[in-house]
Amino acid sequence: MALFPDPFDTLLTLQQALDSFRSSGWLGSGPSSSSGGYPPVNVFRKGDDFIIITEVPGMARSDLDVQVKGNTIRVAGTKSVGFPEKSAVHRRERLAGRFDRAVTLPVQINPDGVKAEYRDGILALFLPRAEQDKPKAITVA
Amino acid sequence: MATAQELAVREKQELVSKQEKTVPGRYFVPSADIFETEQALTVVMEMPGVDKKDLDVALENDVLRVEGKIDFAKYEGMEPVYTEYNVGHYTRSFTLSNKIDQAGISAQLDDGVLTLTLPKMKEVQPRRIAIS
Repeated sequence: MALFPDPFDTLLTLQQALDSFRSSGWLGSGPSSSSGGYPPVNVFRKGDDFIIITEVPGMARSDLDVQVKGNTIRVAGTKSVGFPEKSAVHRRERLAGRFDRAVTLPVQINPDGVKAEYRDGILALFLPRAEQDKPKAITVA
Repeated sequence: MATAQELAVREKQELVSKQEKTVPGRYFVPSADIFETEQALTVVMEMPGVDKKDLDVALENDVLRVEGKIDFAKYEGMEPVYTEYNVGHYTRSFTLSNKIDQAGISAQLDDGVLTLTLPKMKEVQPRRIAIS
């Protein structure tokens, strides 16, 4: 065991884990696939529940429109970038515009239990798995 | 008009640095807007996930260096099943051509967007000369 845990090791491990699930087939493929589009999403499993995390820096909380219907989550909004009048713009890299994205999960979620949190430009959606969809442990007789 | 445009996805840009870091882990280059007015130079950078306390801004020898650390401990106990982007700390440096009043630099971080206002030194600000 190391004398003290190396926090940077954890970041590399996380980055490698995120890389290995890049565009995995979990959301399904085909014409109805919910992959691709702005904002890019990462989907995680935590215990029985699922978490969608997306980066939308510069959005105000009130300008984010999050809807849930069945297993589909929709995130929409308009991101704007402005410059003051009488200014010389040297670099312009931040993107602005409308976005509207829907992600359909291949599991049943409980729409009433969905929670959304926005902090430091990151939107996290907590999606509890529906009770009837949770795996049941079978006792072997 | 910019606001009516559909937002396109842009892959996060990974940092390619001449100086290597001794600790493993990838850094990303934050997207930046830079504009100049008569009084100041303003740098706006997108660093989602960075908290105020984990931000470091330094100006030395006309080089402005910004480093923002993310708190990846939040990902503990979470197992990825589908991903479209990666996460990491942010860093970016600019060589400034203007003379900056270092004491007057102000930084503001809102919703993952850092706004740095770098006021120009009084002597380099344009002065209107009255013609008598």
